[in-house]
Amino acid sequence: MKLSLGKWLLPVYSALALLFLMIPIGYTFVYSFNDSHKSNITWQGFTFDKWLNVCNVQNGVVCQAFGNSLFIGAVATVIATTLGTMIAIALVRYRFKFRSQTSLLLFLPMATPEVVLGAGLAAQFLSIGVPKDMLTIILAHTMFCISFVVVTVKARVASLDPALEEAGRDLYGSAVQVFARITFPLLLPGILAAALLSFALSFDDFIITNFNSGAVTTFPKYIYISAARGIPAEANVLASAVFILALVVVVTVQVSGAARARRLAKLS
Amino acid sequence: MAFAVLASTAPSTTSAPSSDPVARRRSPVALFLLLPGILYLVLFFLTPLVSLLLTSFQAPREFGDIGQYDYAFRWQNYVEVVTTYWPHIVRSFSYALAATFFALLISYPLAYFIGVKARRWPLLQSLMLVLVIAPFFISFLLRTLAWKQLFSDESYVVQSLKALSLLAPEAHVTGTAFSVIFGLTYNFIPFMTLPLYTTLERLDVRYLEAGNDLYASPFQVFRKVTIPLSMPGIVAGTLLTFIPAAGDYINASRDFLGGTGTQMMGNVIEANFLVLQNFPAAAALSILLMTVILVIVGIYIKRSGTEELL
Repeated sequence: MKLSLGKWLLPVYSALALLFLMIPIGYTFVYSFNDSHKSNITWQGFTFDKWLNVCNVQNGVVCQAFGNSLFIGAVATVIATTLGTMIAIALVRYRFKFRSQTSLLLFLPMATPEVVLGAGLAAQFLSIGVPKDMLTIILAHTMFCISFVVVTVKARVASLDPALEEAGRDLYGSAVQVFARITFPLLLPGILAAALLSFALSFDDFIITNFNSGAVTTFPKYIYISAARGIPAEANVLASAVFILALVVVVTVQVSGAARARRLAKLS
Repeated sequence: MAFAVLASTAPSTTSAPSSDPVARRRSPVALFLLLPGILYLVLFFLTPLVSLLLTSFQAPREFGDIGQYDYAFRWQNYVEVVTTYWPHIVRSFSYALAATFFALLISYPLAYFIGVKARRWPLLQSLMLVLVIAPFFISFLLRTLAWKQLFSDESYVVQSLKALSLLAPEAHVTGTAFSVIFGLTYNFIPFMTLPLYTTLERLDVRYLEAGNDLYASPFQVFRKVTIPLSMPGIVAGTLLTFIPAAGDYINASRDFLGGTGTQMMGNVIEANFLVLQNFPAAAALSILLMTVILVIVGIYIKRSGTEELL
């Protein structure tokens, strides 16, 4: 009896810990169906209305903030992924001076609290007189995404066999051809993972945004501002929709990755 | 943000092939690849820090309006923020420390189960990992608000605790140090679990078996074998929890899980910068926060012997 208890203790504990992580997610999802009017705190009854008319509340302010977040996330992701991928390739493939300083410069933004990054940029924009708007948010988001792109893509470049590119060069492929036909396709999964990560970081960022957004409202900022007087259920709808979409993407990637691993295992 | 954690734990494992002399060469291409990104970080990361440092020494403009400051060397700003905000400074680091401790306590067994025990069932392993990162797919602020509502005075949780006399009738849960530390712990559990998982997943169980064969008790094996072998994960996880937790101001905010008595450094930096327009005070506090964190991180990484994490 004692033995079986010991055996079940860890699995049961793990299940409970995961359940604990799910509680606020479940709460947010359930309250997206709440037939609430002004604040979404007490349960008023079940309705699909909020899901069907997401943009109708408060003249569409929620949806506009959501749209801003999508736009900022997309632009910051494209810039950060491009710059970060270039750095990652250089770090793994080339020798250059100031290597350790470069690594430190890439590590520091990840070890700096967001409030310091946010206040620093805001102090800079203030001192040179740049007005805070959509552009300053994009500049800020790109900055903190670059380092995360570098670490993600670097792992992929490091696992890439240089012999493949050498074979391409031996077969008279030009530098551009070798990159376009060999290096880039092989790095693509890493680049895509980095892009997804950038987008997720940018989309959910509040602290840095709050310091550099001026009058522009993003989705997290909207929630922060509205927290005091109550958040409409429509915000829960949008957040739940994003959650479901992200879950589908991740599960698909996991399943297809597992399937590919099985195929490769069969081949070899 | 989940991938962020995974990514940031990756470099220690993948640095080996890059030392290959054949793969590395000098070329002007390197400069072309590095320059745009490095320049970007210099412009939007390094110079802002310098700008923050300069701002922290600014003095109010004579006969100026609120929010007007001139460059100066007013080091008294630092003395003033420390004497005014020392409770917030102490709170920031003690709350972050407590949250890091609880997150480690909760995450370690979970990461051990996913990384070691669940190896036989890859599908279960990946499903559990998806559940660990699932909180990242839904707004951080909404999750924190959900806890606020679950802990509100009218909620079932608080009502039943009061009915069972586990909580005094006039007590509140939200707005206390407990709820802020609770929120910080909850929000950073995935940041702790993922790096722990990545090291435990590579743990060679034969070392544990060797310990058993040498008549070590399960506790001795855990303390002398498992813990030292998972040290890189512990260091990465605790840093990934401690740093953002010390600078966080959502959980401690009055509209979320905090109250007037739980404000942290992040809250006063925000208030001074965005509301009071006391930019030098906000900058001085930010510089203090960053310096303390860098010192702690430096000592911690040296003491635990995990320099290669950088």
